[in-house]
Formats: sequence, C-alpha cells, structure tokens
Amino acid sequence: MEERPAAEAGAVIVTRALTKRYRGGQLAVDGLDLTVPAGSVFGFLGPNGSGKTTTIRMLMGLIEPTSGSARVLGHPVPRGARAVLPRVGALIEGPALYGFLTGRDNLLRYDAADPTADPRTRRTRVADALERVGLAAAAGRKAKAYSLGMKQRLGLAAALLQPRALLVLDEPTNGLDPQGMREIRSLIRELASDGTTVFLSSHLLDEIEQVCTHVAVMARGRLLTQGPVAELAAGTRGRLVVTTPDTADAARVLKEQGAGDIAVADGDRVDAEPPDRDLAEVSAALVRAGVRVRGFAVERASLEDAFVALTGEGFDVAG
Amino acid sequence: MSRAEPGVRPGAGHGEAGARPAAEAGADAGPRASGPVGTVAGPPRGPGPLWTLGLFRSELLTTFRRWRTLALLGVLAAVPVLVGIAVRIETGDGPAGGGGHGDGPAFISQITNNGLFLVFTALAATLPFFLPMAIGVVAGDAIAGEASAGTLRYLLVAPAGRTRLLLTKYATTTAFCLVATLVVAVSALTTGALLFPLGELTTISGTRIGFGEGLLRALLIALVVAASLIGVAALGLFVSTLTNSGIAAMATTVGLLITVQILDQIPQLQAIQPYFFSHYWLSFADLMRDPVYWDDLLRNLGIQAVYAAVFGSAAWARFTTRDVTA
Repeated sequence: MEERPAAEAGAVIVTRALTKRYRGGQLAVDGLDLTVPAGSVFGFLGPNGSGKTTTIRMLMGLIEPTSGSARVLGHPVPRGARAVLPRVGALIEGPALYGFLTGRDNLLRYDAADPTADPRTRRTRVADALERVGLAAAAGRKAKAYSLGMKQRLGLAAALLQPRALLVLDEPTNGLDPQGMREIRSLIRELASDGTTVFLSSHLLDEIEQVCTHVAVMARGRLLTQGPVAELAAGTRGRLVVTTPDTADAARVLKEQGAGDIAVADGDRVDAEPPDRDLAEVSAALVRAGVRVRGFAVERASLEDAFVALTGEGFDVAG
Repeated sequence: MSRAEPGVRPGAGHGEAGARPAAEAGADAGPRASGPVGTVAGPPRGPGPLWTLGLFRSELLTTFRRWRTLALLGVLAAVPVLVGIAVRIETGDGPAGGGGHGDGPAFISQITNNGLFLVFTALAATLPFFLPMAIGVVAGDAIAGEASAGTLRYLLVAPAGRTRLLLTKYATTTAFCLVATLVVAVSALTTGALLFPLGELTTISGTRIGFGEGLLRALLIALVVAASLIGVAALGLFVSTLTNSGIAAMATTVGLLITVQILDQIPQLQAIQPYFFSHYWLSFADLMRDPVYWDDLLRNLGIQAVYAAVFGSAAWARFTTRDVTA
C-alpha cells in the first residue's frame, strides 16, 4: 500500500493547487484544493463556465494541468491515468455517440477500447448496462435516432459497463424529462449504496440537495467551499419568520429585540435575521406587545441560500 | 486497514492479470446476469494479450460501417467500370487495338487485347487522385472526426491509451489503403473479364508471360500501389491530430495532395521532386517489365517508409501531449 497523508486517506479524489490556464490566457481553474471522500455522493456545483468541466477533464487525464497536482483513486493523473481509468466510469460534457451505430454497438465499441474489459463477457455486460438505464428496448436502433434523453442514458450506460470504484457524472440529468431525472437520481443513490463514490457535477441546486452527501461550490474557477451538504446549509443562518396580521407592530418589536434585515411580505409575514438571544424571549416580547402571533419559526437555509450567501450573487453564467 | 476503494490493488500491474489462467479471469468478471453492473470494482484485470486486436477490430468495423467509407469505395469501384466501358465503346466498331497508342493512362491501348490490362490501367488512373483522396478523407477523419463528434474523449477515458489509439487508427488507415486498392483491382479484373478476352500477355519489355503469372503480377502491383499510399495516410493522420474538425483535416490533407501533385509537374522544382511522396508512384509499371526493374520501385517504398516514420512520429508527439477539449 502506498503512503498518503492522514487527512487524505480514504479520499478518492485529491487535488492540490490544481490550476488550468488555457492558451488564450484565460484562467479556467485557479488553485483548486478538492478532497472527495470515499463512498460519498459528491456534488460539484457552480454556474456554467465556472470551471467544473475543465476540472473533470483534468481528473480524467484529458487535459494537462498548468500547475498543481491531482490524484484519483490514489494514482496521480494524468500520469497514472491508464491504471485509474478502468475503475472510473465517466460522463463528460454530455454523451457522444456514433450516430450510424446502434445503441448496443456504441457500447460494444466503448467497451472494446477498455483494456481491462473481458471480451467474453462483453455482450452480457452491454445488455446489463442497457437494461439498467432503461434502454433495452431501443438498443437496436441507430443512435442518431435517439432523443437527447436517450443519448444521455446511453452515455450513462457506457459509464456502467464495468463495476466502478468511482463514477464521474457531468450534468447527468441534462435533457431528461422529470421522470427520467427521478430515475437517474434513484440510480445514482443505488450505485452509491453499493459503495461506489459518485462525483456529480451540476448547476441544478435542488439536484445536488436531493442526492448528494457532500458538496463543493465553484465560481469563476475558484473553490468557494466544500463539505457535507448539511454543514454547508447549516453554516448559513436561517431566517426568523413571524406570521401575524399585525405586521407593523411585529417589525417594530423585532427591531427592538435586535433582529436585523427585517422584511414584511405577503401581508401577514415578517421575516428577519434572528437576533443573538434566546428566541423564546423574542416570542414573549411579541406577545407582551400585543402582537397576535399565528406562526413563529426559524426557516432552515436551503443550499440555494447558502450559494447566494457564498457568491453574493445569483446563479448566473460567469462572464 | 480501511481502504477507500474496496478491492483495489494499486500495485496490480498491467499484463500480470493477462497471464492468469483463463478460468480465474473469467470468474472475476464473469457474466452475472442477475447481479448489478455498477457495484464496487473487483480486482482489476490487466489488458489481455488480444486486447489491442479487439480495439483494431472495433475500429475496422466502425470505419467500414460508415456511409462515407462505403461511398468512397463505390466511387473507386466505378472508375474501372467506366474506363472499361469507354474503351469498349471506342473500339467496338473498329478493329481491335485500333484505338491508337497516343495519350491516356498507361496500358490503355492494350486492354482490348487482354482484359487483365484494365487492372493496370485502372490503378494508373486512380493512383494520382482518386485513391489518395479516399485515403486522405479516411486518414484526415481518423482523430479529428472522433474529436468533433466528442467520441474521442470517451475512447480516451475508457481508456484506450493515446499511443495505442493512434497505432490502431494508423493500422486501420493502412488497411483501408489495401482494401481501396483491391476494390479497384477486383472491379477492374471483373470488368476486364466481362468485356474483353483474357489470356497470355505481353510485358513492356516485349516478352510474353502466361495468364497465371500475369494475374500474380497484377496482385503484386496492387500491393505496391497500396504501399504507395502509406505516406499520404501518415500525412493525413498527422493533420488529423492538429484539429478538432474532421472536415478541416480532410480538406487540408486532400489540398496538400493536390498541391504536391501540381508541384511535381513543375520542371523548375526538379531538385526537390524526388522527395515528394507521389514522385515515384507510377513506378509500379516497372513490375510489368521482364526482368522487373526494381530501382524506382524501391525508391518509392523507401519514401513511403520515411513519410510514415516522420509524420507518424509527429502525429504521436502531437497526440500524446495535446489537450483534448472537444
């Protein structure tokens, strides 16, 4: 077994100051330090153009980092890519298929390119993979006749041709209808429960929130944060929400109690930054002031709130 | 020890597993129709000894199932038929051999005496342009076409390995050279046999050889013609590694081909012409001498080998270091 620093033991992907500057001088990824724990479903989140795909391409040995290092499954990439990649299933920047071949023949071709794939079990494994993504019925049709969702499924099937230790899925639900998205998400959960680490890039916040255990957020080529999803969302403070017909009084009392950023909305709703004191005191103060309280609650922050708090902006394409 | 990746043996070398008994290897990755596909990886297998052949086979199948490839072969097959019919019509109402011994591709005046000469004529007619153009299209598309379709990145993460993929592509292009040449030759032989008499033939040197030996020489000529295309194939493959556009690579390769063919006709460039890949192409006719005149034939094969080495290395240097961004 090889030596690794204790903090990185058990990590499936580790990058250190990983940087990619394209020939035009554009800095796509800037000093990325990423640690993906084994067995996690790791959400890699960021707006379009934030460097997610460039990072994935470096991890898969397709492009050379300008500086910094990356290790996948304990091997350095791109140098050790040939030892690593057979244990990695990947869907990168959408599926790519030979339109003049059938879905099945596409998979047979990709499997033939894998040096570790056993040719004797090829047909069985291809059939299993097609079955798994729900494409068995369309396996004999030419790929150019596939819809975007079917192509996406075929791309996923290619990633599942062999048992994998790591799945790297770049926007796996792109182009799928809501039913297809649900199927893919449950497939991802199923794979993760079998022990496969899933590295999932997405620009869909709710997708990450639904399936991921860990998350990293990128914007403009830099890593803003990474950690368990729950921690990230918890890091952003929730909002105190008071439901009352007496909104003006409620807002005044809340201000007296030290709450900030008070906003009145929807006619009977006041929300604010919770003050740094026992909320029971706040509630008692409201009642003492004769405010008729229908509801009093702290709404937990969603990942989206966390994201907006981190980037200080909406979820738009980086310029 | 709580390893991150169950069943992972970082030290498992390539080739080691390939030497394992077949039964054991089969048990590792054996068909478990009921079992899930994407479960945690078992011990990785090394590449089997026949793996590269498997990729080569897949590459051949993929290439020859493309419409474009079949269309190119169709055009090549049509050329001898057209030449044969034209010669037949031209001489049909006059006495045999009355077509005159003037211009036209080599051997054309002899076709009416012996259909076998249609093979030589057809190869002489297609070698300057049709054949290398077809090779240029296939070679130019080899890497760039995969890149523009995006399939290149999936082959590389499979992982096919850049050097092996390039070698496979070159082997496939070379196979296409051979197939394309044989298509011309077989189509010419069939057309010649249907439209004209077959039999003994006269060599350029004036001696007569039997039909069997003539057939043998025709096969040899086809092989030499196929080998003459290796230089263009290497050039096309190199161009193909430079771009992400299949069309651009094909157009560039065919453009280079035409340029070289034109430069080869300019007398002032005599000094450099012997280094053009096409300069000795028509030397295959020397195989029809008795005895065979080998000098230019060998020069031709030598030049093809040099082109293959130079542009093959350049393609390798480029492809193994390039960022695959498509």
